[in-house]
Amino acid sequence: MAVLAHAEAGEIAARLRALALPAHQDLRAPENGLVMLRGRVGGDGAPFNLGEATVSRAAIRLASGEVGFGYTLGRDGEKARLIALCDALVQSSDFGGAVEREIIAPLREQLMVRRKQAAAETAATKVDFYTMVRGEG
Amino acid sequence: MYVAVKGGERAIENAHRLLASARRGDQSVPEISLDQISEQLGLAVDRVMSEGSLYDRELAALAIKQARGDLIEAIFLVRAFRATLPRFGAGEPVETGAMRVQRRVSSTFKDIPGGQILGPTFDYTHRLLDPSLAEGFVPEAPATAEASTAPTPRVTDILGRAGLIESSPQAEEGASVGDLTREPLNFPADRDLRLQNLARGDEGFLLAMGYSTQRGYGRNHPFAGEIRFGEVEVEFSAEDVGFAVPLGSIELTECQMVNQFKGSATEAPCFTRGYGLAFGQSERKTMSMALVDRALRARELGEEALAPAQDEEFVMSHSDNVQATGFVEHLKLPHYVDFQSELGLLRKLRQEFAEANAPDAMKEAAE
Repeated sequence: MAVLAHAEAGEIAARLRALALPAHQDLRAPENGLVMLRGRVGGDGAPFNLGEATVSRAAIRLASGEVGFGYTLGRDGEKARLIALCDALVQSSDFGGAVEREIIAPLREQLMVRRKQAAAETAATKVDFYTMVRGEG
Repeated sequence: MYVAVKGGERAIENAHRLLASARRGDQSVPEISLDQISEQLGLAVDRVMSEGSLYDRELAALAIKQARGDLIEAIFLVRAFRATLPRFGAGEPVETGAMRVQRRVSSTFKDIPGGQILGPTFDYTHRLLDPSLAEGFVPEAPATAEASTAPTPRVTDILGRAGLIESSPQAEEGASVGDLTREPLNFPADRDLRLQNLARGDEGFLLAMGYSTQRGYGRNHPFAGEIRFGEVEVEFSAEDVGFAVPLGSIELTECQMVNQFKGSATEAPCFTRGYGLAFGQSERKTMSMALVDRALRARELGEEALAPAQDEEFVMSHSDNVQATGFVEHLKLPHYVDFQSELGLLRKLRQEFAEANAPDAMKEAAE
């Protein structure tokens, strides 16, 4: 589900349209709030409060009973709802495979391409130390 | 004392109308978009998120636009907005060791696992104004190279394995994490509260405080053990879900200062540490924060605490630019009654002074 949190609402919605969705209802209408983000002293020590982030959340129930939760950074309630819907659908035996195949896998592929490009650009700035030849005499 | 002053309503309303017009500026110039601010003034957005203590690029960009580029005003707007939303809870502490680094340098070791990665930096630029940026600049595509899959461990972890550096203090099981947005600040304050205060503290103030330690006011001989910037994943243990859900990723800068060593009769000498962490690419901020964090550990490390940067009450009470600007700028608001009473007192004192120093002849004549 981490893949969905990294995608845009529009991308998830577009891919969901390809599926014949079952009946579902909002268990929790999208709402915005805050999550306090934490770091650790020295990176690996006791936790401390770093600062908050906006977060949107929603919950969906399929007519067949599966409950899905959607959480994402930002204030896009529709994205939280779409994630909740996908979360409910993956738990359903009828839709689980299709959601993984049609939605999550291609979005994961996109994310990996973006990350690979960023990693390649970063790698080009890595320092290659070399020792100058010392002049003799 | 403040008094209710009537009669300013229309002036205030018109002043705000004028502000809106001045904010927009010459309307024949295209309006700036939030995307433009977020993409092209990214470090300003990072600073507003850090000191506004709210990670939301779009809101920070809006605040910068509304504040006409006054970053402290923008930080104030973000803080006020944050108070309007409910808090769902606290996230899992981020794992900076697993950061997808975009920049990572160490000034202590040349050959670190994962290497020295410069990333997008002003370092080594000549600081000459570039007229080609004035208009129509199209940058070259970034160079690429094969990315290594080797891990990039924190430099302090490497030193730590050899016992050369103190280990990070660990929390006791079930210990609560101090939150200065929820409880009033008391002194002495623990390190969690100090770091939260510094993380949202004013960059300029921390820079000056950090600088003062380098100049001898609380000297602790720092090395930049490591500075890293990149993306980390954020997870949140949602009560309704029952396990940690991924929220997405944020950009962070982390600075590990390695400082003069400390030992005792029972403990072998080892390097001590200062820590900095902030939203976005905030290198100057995290370096300053790490210097001040280390300085504030003076008492804990048995050092004489004589310099301002070592005084936690002084640092923590003056680091917040929203508080500071509130108190400084409130002097602009009407203090007419206060001032009238001071004026009355001053007139009386001057009269008494004049009478006491009048030439005797005048006193006699008066009598």
